[in-house]
Amino acid sequence: MVFLSPDRMNPGLLARFARRQFAPNRFDLVAFLLLGGLAVIVLHGARQMNLPISHLPNAGVTLDPARLPEYALRSTLRMFAAIIASLLFTFVVATLAAKSRKAELIIIPALDILQSIPVLGFMTFTLTFFMGLFPGHELGEELASIFLVFTAQAWNMAFSFYQSLRTLPEDLIDVSRQFGLTPWQRFLRLELPFATPALVWNTMMSMSGGWFFVVASEAMQVGANTVTIPGIGSWLALAIARQDIAAVGWAVLAMAVVIVLYDQLLFRPTVAWADKFRFEQTASEEEPKSWFFDLLRRTRILRRVGLPFRRLAGFAAIPRLPRLKAPRLGGGAGGVWFDRAWIGLVGLGVAWAAWSIVRYLSGAIGPADALKVFGLGFITLVRVLILIAIATVIWVPIGVWIGLRPAWSQRIQPLAQFLAAFPVNLLYPFAVMAIVAWRLNPNIWLSPLIILGTQWYIVFNVIAGASALPNDLKEVAGIFRLRSWQRWRDFILPGIFPYYVTGALTASGGSWNASIVVEVVNWGHTRLQADGLGAFIANATAGGDFPRVALGMTVMSVFVIILNRSLWRPLYRYAADNLRLT
Amino acid sequence: MTLTMDRPIADALVEVKGLRHVYGTGSGPGLVVLEDVNLTLRSNEIVGLLGRSGSGKSTLLRSIAGLIHPTAGSIGISDQADDDSASGVAMVFQTFALFPWLTVQKNVELGLEARGVPADERRKRTLAAIDLIGLDGFENAYPKELSGGMRQRVGLARALVVQPSILLMDEPFSALDVLTAETLRTDLLDLWSEGRMPIRSILLVTHNIEEAVLMCDRILVFSSNPGRVIAEIGVDLPRPRKRLDPAFRALVDDIYARMTAKPKDAPARDGLFPGTGLGMALPHISTNELAGMIEGLAAAPNNGSADLADLARELQFEADELLPIAETLQLMRLAELDGRRIRLTAAAKRYDAADVDERKQIFARQLLAYVPLAAHIRRVLDDRPSHQAPASRFRDELEDFMSEQRAEETLDAIVSWGRYAEVFAFHDDEDRFSLDDPA
Repeated sequence: MVFLSPDRMNPGLLARFARRQFAPNRFDLVAFLLLGGLAVIVLHGARQMNLPISHLPNAGVTLDPARLPEYALRSTLRMFAAIIASLLFTFVVATLAAKSRKAELIIIPALDILQSIPVLGFMTFTLTFFMGLFPGHELGEELASIFLVFTAQAWNMAFSFYQSLRTLPEDLIDVSRQFGLTPWQRFLRLELPFATPALVWNTMMSMSGGWFFVVASEAMQVGANTVTIPGIGSWLALAIARQDIAAVGWAVLAMAVVIVLYDQLLFRPTVAWADKFRFEQTASEEEPKSWFFDLLRRTRILRRVGLPFRRLAGFAAIPRLPRLKAPRLGGGAGGVWFDRAWIGLVGLGVAWAAWSIVRYLSGAIGPADALKVFGLGFITLVRVLILIAIATVIWVPIGVWIGLRPAWSQRIQPLAQFLAAFPVNLLYPFAVMAIVAWRLNPNIWLSPLIILGTQWYIVFNVIAGASALPNDLKEVAGIFRLRSWQRWRDFILPGIFPYYVTGALTASGGSWNASIVVEVVNWGHTRLQADGLGAFIANATAGGDFPRVALGMTVMSVFVIILNRSLWRPLYRYAADNLRLT
Repeated sequence: MTLTMDRPIADALVEVKGLRHVYGTGSGPGLVVLEDVNLTLRSNEIVGLLGRSGSGKSTLLRSIAGLIHPTAGSIGISDQADDDSASGVAMVFQTFALFPWLTVQKNVELGLEARGVPADERRKRTLAAIDLIGLDGFENAYPKELSGGMRQRVGLARALVVQPSILLMDEPFSALDVLTAETLRTDLLDLWSEGRMPIRSILLVTHNIEEAVLMCDRILVFSSNPGRVIAEIGVDLPRPRKRLDPAFRALVDDIYARMTAKPKDAPARDGLFPGTGLGMALPHISTNELAGMIEGLAAAPNNGSADLADLARELQFEADELLPIAETLQLMRLAELDGRRIRLTAAAKRYDAADVDERKQIFARQLLAYVPLAAHIRRVLDDRPSHQAPASRFRDELEDFMSEQRAEETLDAIVSWGRYAEVFAFHDDEDRFSLDDPA
């Protein structure tokens, strides 16, 4: 799902987005099977190497606050490595999807499914794979961690870029063609700038969501082996194992500092910078602001930092090579033949993938297991839906109240965005201690943790929606003295609905991921467990039971995809078609 | 496709022969946008392509610019340029088409950059073009900081800087307010007559008759069903031309009459809109405009008939804005057009005298009798037991005859007329037609 910046949600874009059928349904299945087959091969290949997962000692993580800045830095670097990988992936894959119809048929449904898969379940596979690549070396663990964060970030960025490429303004395309811009010039002058605002917003959203995964990926347990790489996440894991509450507090503090720095020095300046690329011919009344960006602009630093990029852009002026006349595919008899060959190839791949999956799973799992897992998935589904409903009831009125008061929303909005980025897994130990101390039922009381981190997406989107309610409508509501229920039903709720759906959808996706971490939690040797699919996957991962992890992942992905298709996407389309305030 | 790029005859910069372009979906017969168009553009002249929207004049311009590949015919462009420039043409767009993230200077440099001109020379030529067009001081401004007129100056500088021999202009002034447009026209004509621009010829697309007469040495008038050159008019009024000059006015009126004249071979009344029967593309004219025009015509001193150009002045319309309204009235047999005169029919006179409900009844009768699409929708709704039909059904039918965009506009028109006449209802959220009136 592409995130639309709630500060300036463009109704036209929203509508275009909702109308576009990204995924023809039969291609969902195709992509799903292909991805599943790929996972099986990777796993199988890694197992063939038959190497024990490393016996690296605890990589020297100690609970010494003096070393915490270093750990925080290493966590941050992992995050940046992942975001750079995501950007490269975005440019290559999204461009391919936008330029080639055949690639598009596979890539777009695949992206759609990949972004629905709760990536924490990937842990088992990626770890096994990367450790197999670099046996006994810390690099394997580092790469596994980075890859996990990458899988949490890349898809919506690629989607956003693809969507921008498909909605380039016609007249600018005409200008590019009329002046004969080369593909490279066209990319630098037209495609990249046009896509920048949406891409930047999605990158920043991805990074905000990514902290959670950085923390989760630094201390992984697969089978009998615990893998630890220095960072805030491994610090936290050690603190939990030693029941050191002060150390947990230090981790929270360090993370808060990192996120504040990230927010002030990266998020806001970048969004403010990207505003220049907005495709509007009129100056906007409220531009995103950042003190740090203004500071950079006043000094020479930015110009100096930007120099290499401008040099790069200078290459746009390189005289073009004589253009080869490309053979035209997709037209005439040859094109039909090519189409058929392509479909046949994809069909073969699908059949083979399906066979691999069945063969892999059939040895270890019976139909009864599968049925049980579906039942667990249903429990987690109910948990997620109830919690979203509760969060909605609590936060929508509060968010609207705040959003209608500009003085408040200016102060609270950054706080909500900060809380959305804060990796909530750092806070779990406190909740666990409370549950243990008061002997509460984990099935009920672990549940709120699922929404703890993701509810903020609902909050800041609702605030943005309420702030965007047009003044003239507010005045009409005032003049006619709409009673409170009528005011909500006819004015406020429809007005904020598109924003709310964006927030709730993000929260829902995040909650499935959180369930894997939340439904089983440890505090020292105390272990709390709730029933649910998340617990099933977590236990299978801890036990190194690959087929069960695969089964759990598959079932969870199916649940998420069905939920998206049958609930969130129709709501989104409805909002875009009927509730636009323009 | 038999498009060839032959060298044109001596003296001619552009030579278009037998151009035909069909816009269409695979299944339907398609809409003929241009039919047998011939055009020769010579050195040192401004030629206007005049016609109403949908007459294919923009398609012709885009074909010459190389943006569209016509279905048949040949376009010859003499490449006078000595350097390796792609073609001797550059285009100015109605929407300006500036890159919002580039400064004025970078926008102007774009075409040079594409041709691989070295940075120093690029800068020199860009600044010269900016200077020529009266933009100095704005080099580092972004388009969003400029007014519409200044933006179009950037568009003009961007086209001139590549030193084309032919400047193509696609309704370059129609997105500007009247005063700004006039200033820009005058400035452009000054530059042209003083020979300060590197270009040798201008091809201008417009739907504004006065603009064409003011600027052009030669005007090609296009009919719109299909796009065809129906007249070629030389303008030899001395420059600078004055709008109030009687000769100027006479010429405008003359062109006006030619544009409204019935084509001889077309069916008597449907001929003015592209397509026939169900496939007729309808303009989205609001019922308020139709009522306003009937009332204006019926009132003194017109008393039911008037000269179109006079009526336009009286109702404060641009002359060419009035035409689609007049033709819609004619389509519904509420008026008769004959050359420059428009006359109300008996039905229209009854309409003028009636109250709100009677007006709707009269309008409904005319609509169902003379607009085939309206009758068709009504018939489908009557036939179905549920009295409902999805709009997509009619949209698909229309798209057999015309482009998606035209089909959408036609459907919008029929929805607003049908709603006013209360002959059917339309539910936007469910995209369906029904017979029931809202309770």
